[in-house]
Parts: sequence; C-alpha cells; structure tokens
Amino acid sequence: MSVVEIKDVGKTFEGGTTALEGIELAIGEREFVSLIGPSGCGKSTLLRIVGDLIRPTAGTVRVNGKPAPQARADRDYGIVFQDAVLYDWRTVARNISLPLELARWNRRRRTGRVQEMLRLVELGGFESHYPWQLSGGMQQRVSIARALSFDPALLLMDEPFGALDEMTRERMNLELLRIWEASGSTIVFVTHSIAEAVFLSTRVVVMSPRPGRISDVIEIDLQQPRTAATREEPRFFELVTRVREALHLGSDLDRKLAAPAAEAQP
Amino acid sequence: MTTAPVAVQPIPRGTLAGRVGRRALDWVPALVVLVLVFLIWQESIAVFHIKKFLAPQPTAIASTFWTNRHELISAGWFTFQEALGGFAIGCGLALVVALVLARWRGVGRALMPYMIAANAIPIIAFAPIMNAWFDPFSKGSKMAIAAVLCFFPVLVNTLRGLTSVRPQSIELMRSYAAGELETFRRVRIPTALPFIFTSLKIATVLAMIGAIVGEYFGGAFTALGVLIDSRSTTFQFKEAWAGIGVACAYGIAFYLAVALLERLTLRGVPSTDD
Repeated sequence: MSVVEIKDVGKTFEGGTTALEGIELAIGEREFVSLIGPSGCGKSTLLRIVGDLIRPTAGTVRVNGKPAPQARADRDYGIVFQDAVLYDWRTVARNISLPLELARWNRRRRTGRVQEMLRLVELGGFESHYPWQLSGGMQQRVSIARALSFDPALLLMDEPFGALDEMTRERMNLELLRIWEASGSTIVFVTHSIAEAVFLSTRVVVMSPRPGRISDVIEIDLQQPRTAATREEPRFFELVTRVREALHLGSDLDRKLAAPAAEAQP
Repeated sequence: MTTAPVAVQPIPRGTLAGRVGRRALDWVPALVVLVLVFLIWQESIAVFHIKKFLAPQPTAIASTFWTNRHELISAGWFTFQEALGGFAIGCGLALVVALVLARWRGVGRALMPYMIAANAIPIIAFAPIMNAWFDPFSKGSKMAIAAVLCFFPVLVNTLRGLTSVRPQSIELMRSYAAGELETFRRVRIPTALPFIFTSLKIATVLAMIGAIVGEYFGGAFTALGVLIDSRSTTFQFKEAWAGIGVACAYGIAFYLAVALLERLTLRGVPSTDD
C-alpha cells in the first residue's frame, strides 16, 4: 500500500497563480523521496498539501489510505520546517513531548518516549536546556525528535537543513539516514540541494516551475546504508549529473539561456 | 557519526547570589545620581534663598513624613487599594477582550475604532464624571478611573502578543490536529506573555495615577490624593511633597511586585529588558 498517493493534484491560489498542476505521485512504505526544483516550483506547496496544511484546488491526496484531512486528524505524519520552530518557553524535553501532550499520553509514557527520542537524535543530557541554549543543528535535531515522538508512519521535511552550514548539513544528512533506518518511517523531503537529494533519497522527484509540475522522477540506486564514502562514489556523481540535467531541462530560464539567438530574433 | 554533547556550551546562568550581586552593582550609578540630585536640591535652596514653602528641602520633607508617617502610609494604603482594584478590573477586562478580538478578527474590526476613541478621552475630564456616576466617597469611583486608564495599553499589547505568533508555529499545531483552544493555550498565550507583562507593568503606574487624579475631584478624607490636594491648597507644601513621595513609593512597589511576578512566570525565557 502506498503511504502517500497523489492523484492529479493542482493548486491555484486566490489571485490566479497556478502553483501546481497535474501532480501524480505514489510513495511506498519506507521510501525516502526528495522533491527538488527551483524556487517557485511548488515543492513546499505540495508538501503542505500532503500534510493538509493547505487544500488542493484539484485532485486528491491520500495518506495511509485515508484522505489527507483524516490523516492529519489521526496524526499520521510528523513535520519538520526549515526553522526548528521550537517553543522558547519550553525546555528541550517539553518541546519534544508537546505532540504527546496533545495526544493525551500520560506523564510516565511521555517521559519514557522523550528519553528514547533524545537517545535517537543523540541529545541525551540536554532535556532541561532551553532552545536558545542550543546550536542551530541541535535545535533541528530537537525538531526531528518532536516530529518522530508519536511514531508517525510519515515524516514531512521542508528544507530542514537549509539554514545550516555545509559541514553541519552533511553531518545532519548522515544523522537523518540513521534515524530513518532506526525509525522505519517514510520520508518526503523538500530540498534545493542536488547533492543532498541524491545522497539521501531512494527516489528524487524533479519539479519545474510555472506552473509547478513533475518533470522527472529519478531512482537512486546507491547502496544502502549510505556512508560518508558514498559521496565519493562514481555512481553518486553520475546521479548528481542526471538530476542536474533534469532540473535544467525543466527550467524555462535555462531553455532561454540555451537558445539566446532564438529569443533575439522574433 | 555522533556529536559529543560537550560541543555546546550552555549559556552560564550563574548562582542566584552572583546574579543579585551583579544587580546590586548595576544600581550604583542610579544611586549616585539620586544622592547628587538630593544634595544639589538641598544646598541650592539655601544658596539661592528659595522660599522654603515653594520647594522644601529634602530633609524637611523627610522629617515631615516621619512625623505624619501613620496618616500618610494609611492614606497611601487606601489609595493603593483603589489602584489595585482598578488595575484588576481594567487589566482583567482587557485580557478577556484581547482574547476575543484575537479569536474573532471581525469583532476587532468592528470594535477597535471605538476602543481607540475611548483611549483618547482625557482622564482629567473623565474623573469627575466617574465621581458622579459612582459614590465619590467610595473606592468604586476611583477604581473605575484607574480601570479605564489600564484597559487600553493592556488590550493593545496583549492583542499584539496573541497575533505575533509565527505562522509555522500555527502550522505545527495544525499538523498535530490541535484545536483552536489548544493553540491558544499552548502557543498564542505563551507567546503573548512577555507582551502582557510589559503592559501590566505600565498599568501599575497608570492605576496609581488614575486613583489619585480621581481623588482630586473629591474622595474620602482618608485618601492620599485628597490629602495631597488639601495640603497644597493650604500652602502646606512639605506635607504635600511627603504625600507625593508616599504615592511614588506605593507605585514603585506595585511595579516591582508585577516585575517579580514576570520573572517568576517567564523563567527560562531569555529576558528582553536587561
């Protein structure tokens, strides 16, 4: 069964901008799918539609076999944004336990799960720190722990490492793969970075702008589990090149750049 | 691929004694200014032959205070009770109205112009009317004036706080299938708390001013405003000054009490005002 099933989804905003058109995508259990594309291609919009944070104007989305609003009501997914969006007045432990409080878990169960999550993201000992006492990478790990705390089948990530420096980002990529492995969840991951998409994913979905649509889907057949050495394999570079070419084909800006003569002569 | 937890240095919070010690040092410049002002005041009255009844020397005011301390402190207490009552009513109403306006924006669009207009009412003109509406010798009439003064700043700041939540914080709550009530309780209100406390601190001082202004237009003989008013009209300026000093002392104590409450409530939240 597909964890996410997107059928002919379109989104036109008030004012007439078409953000998405004719999106078809099925994501299976334990897949790691990246959505990549230039700004304005609607990848974040698509992620929000999957999470029922915004409604599509056409088509249907099913998560775990249920309509997206039902899946949200059942807390079937966790979400991580580019900013960690931690609540300043809550300690690390209480940030992680927030969704559990909302799901009415009792205190003992919550404490147990928070400890488990802190171990998963390797932040043991930081439970009583406040978010502003942590580095950006650590804040994002708290955010991931919070998204996974209630054991959702699906993890939605909207450029989660976009604000981090390259070094921290590469380390977080490895961390995320380890967490993915350990938690057994399905991940939909929005990113700007080709290398990040290839390194992390089992499939890369390439999107093109105006209107946002899927221009290519590329299977990433790199061996699992991936390590720092994966980034140096020839196959990694081949796949990076494939994604880059798919991106450029899909972008009308590049079409213009490729054919300046045609533009100049009407 | 592990990160050693030692990689992060939590911001040192220091011991309580250490923080108090640093605080005490912080006060030194302000104290120096205070002492200087009193010295200059005290000496210039003698040097420039200023008439004693116009600007009594600080020492004279202090000794007048000491002689009349029981009367002054109990008058101050009477007025403070009015201020406190008005503060509670005004701030309480403002908090409730702010919650309603934050929840139903349409209501806000309908009511806000009138709230702003109400805020423009000169309190001096309003005070005698309140004395007419309510018994001028009761505490109620002064509470009404203090409440009106407190209402607007608390309303505006609370509303600002409740609506200055980052959109992603709200999206996150939506993703947890949290209802409106939960979102207010766990996100909007905690976000608004620093704003609310800032306005409550402003309101403490306004409440004292409101109560005293109200008493100027008539009030119980045991009230501080009435006392200051009657002493100044009979040229007992030392007594009037001592009364003003007592009013300030109550106002400052009120302010500090709310500031302390703020500290206790917002523990852990990085402080914005120091």
